[in-house]
Amino acid sequence: MATIQETVVLHGHIIDSLILAKVLDTILMMGGTFDLQDVRIGATRDEPSRARIVVRAASTELLAEILEAIQPHGASVERERDCSVEPAPADGILPDQFYATTHLPTQVRLNGRWVEVEGIEMDVAIVANRSRPSAKAVPMHQVKRGDAVVVGRDGVRVLPLERPKEQDVFGFMEAQVSAERPHGHIIADIARRMRALRDRGKVLLSGGPAIIHAGAREALAWLIEEGFVHVLFAGNALAAHDMEAALYGTSLGYGLTAGRSVPHGHEHHLRTINRIRAIGSIEQAVNTGVIRDGIMAACVRRNVSVVLTGSIRDDGPLPGVITDTLAAQSAMRAALPGVGLALLVASTLLSIATGNLLPATVPTVCVDVNPSVPTKLADRGSFQAVGLVMDAASFLRELARELGWKG
Amino acid sequence: MSRLLVCPPDYFSVAYEINPWMRLPNRVNPEQARAQWSGLMKVLEEDVGAVLVRMQPAPGLPDMVFTANAGTVCGRRAVPSRFRHPERQREEPYFEAWFREQGYDVQKLDGDLYFEGAGDLLGFPDSVQGAWFGGYRQRSDIRAYVRLGELFSREIIPLELVDSHFYHLDTCFCPLSGGELLYYPAAFDSYAQTVIMERIGEPFRLVVTEPEALRFACNAVCVGKHVVLPAGCPGTMALLETRGYQPHPVPLDEFMKAGGSAKCLTLALD
Repeated sequence: MATIQETVVLHGHIIDSLILAKVLDTILMMGGTFDLQDVRIGATRDEPSRARIVVRAASTELLAEILEAIQPHGASVERERDCSVEPAPADGILPDQFYATTHLPTQVRLNGRWVEVEGIEMDVAIVANRSRPSAKAVPMHQVKRGDAVVVGRDGVRVLPLERPKEQDVFGFMEAQVSAERPHGHIIADIARRMRALRDRGKVLLSGGPAIIHAGAREALAWLIEEGFVHVLFAGNALAAHDMEAALYGTSLGYGLTAGRSVPHGHEHHLRTINRIRAIGSIEQAVNTGVIRDGIMAACVRRNVSVVLTGSIRDDGPLPGVITDTLAAQSAMRAALPGVGLALLVASTLLSIATGNLLPATVPTVCVDVNPSVPTKLADRGSFQAVGLVMDAASFLRELARELGWKG
Repeated sequence: MSRLLVCPPDYFSVAYEINPWMRLPNRVNPEQARAQWSGLMKVLEEDVGAVLVRMQPAPGLPDMVFTANAGTVCGRRAVPSRFRHPERQREEPYFEAWFREQGYDVQKLDGDLYFEGAGDLLGFPDSVQGAWFGGYRQRSDIRAYVRLGELFSREIIPLELVDSHFYHLDTCFCPLSGGELLYYPAAFDSYAQTVIMERIGEPFRLVVTEPEALRFACNAVCVGKHVVLPAGCPGTMALLETRGYQPHPVPLDEFMKAGGSAKCLTLALD
């Protein structure tokens, strides 16, 4: 829910006269919320007190009504300035004093009006357009010479996250990173969100190849086939091993059902990649019946947005894997609008890369058998992520069962 | 010695409607008004012992008779009123000139801050210390009290007035010399009622009934143990007598046609 806010100041003998209490009560009674900032109480009876109050409401109209109601009690809107902008000196170069974003909802003031920064994510710049007026988050490398880049902190405000209405694990807004905590209720909450987003939202899964090795291939394929996952971020390996399993029944040479290495199994993934390269694309391999089951097949059949990003360790790579990291980042960014839940499963670097692109408003779960991964994600700023220390297969199988999988 | 600024009702009439009491068809009887005003002056001078300071009325300014709205005075400093209604804004230069002629240190408020003088800003008589109370919402702007608090180094407690019949604080709130408060609670919002109860202990709160509040029983002038109030308020008079005050009822119904009574017709200068 978007919130609109305005800062007001109240000055005078506002404490004993209950004027402050009346103003705060009025804000709440009208359906707004407030943050009381910088309350300075007069040291003596004669000395006036002063309070700065951030008033928030769900709509511009409601905020205007609240401001109108509290204004006769002395609450006056604080004089604020427009944000300052400077032109980018060259393509890919920001002015020295550029404003660096957080991933929290952010607004800038243009022509006296607060406008929402579109596509907010952490650690990027803001380019403003005074004539529309509008503002968008822009990564450094995409800035063009002459773009009006927001500089300094005047006229920029970051809105705190509102506690979600849902009374679930995401409502606590704290990263739970402990192998000692029970997982059942967290998985049940995730399942509830996925059910809600199935028809009117998007769920993003960003995952590593351990999903296949550990035995969650069927569970994830089922989740995709049933329409619970709409965007997939992965690397070359997850796709390669998934299709290796489709063609050879192995993952990195290990028989997935037999549970032991098979002769020359280590070649299977290379032969798989080579076969798909020969066919030309993963879509074609699925559509021609070469790849009949698994995660990639489910993605093609359900028209899931798949972004496969390359790495320096890749074999092949598979067709469709984006090996230019900036192009891969842009493709990931382009797939994010509408995502209402992000599951980051068993991949350290991909989880952090995805976390960097997600606004704080997207509920996020980071699942890894290694507690340092969700910790690292939180340390890099994705504080909204709920950390689950468990292996990928246990997580995905339990989640799928919660949603009706019979496997 | 108590000095009161008054202004004869030479041009008093109901010439416009800016409060619920004023009705153009309800014409003022000038002889009656003059007789009632003179009666009030006589009581103030002879029975109460106040010293009256008369200012010159101006033609075309019917409400100048209500000198309580000239401004607020404390010591040698005066802040002239800045009226909300244009009809009364024309009185401002006359009151300001009077303060200047008398040698007051005149401090003016910013143009956009309405403030209607001692009609809305009241303290307890003879109290050098102590808070003042400022009525707001009907006429005066609450923000004026921040500046006034600074100018007079006083704590000013704003009280919200919620009934347009009691459009100035002095129509429903009368601090008395012994620390008692004569007032009509329903004229205030609940926060102001709470504040009054917190500030003024139960035995000191003298609550006026609705019928007498509507006769402006609270629009009274208190000098020492004398209280001059409009006639027709027997309950309030009895209440005052129990606390040792001597009430002086004065018929002032001609002035009620404009929404004013005893207190509105005077401005305490010291």
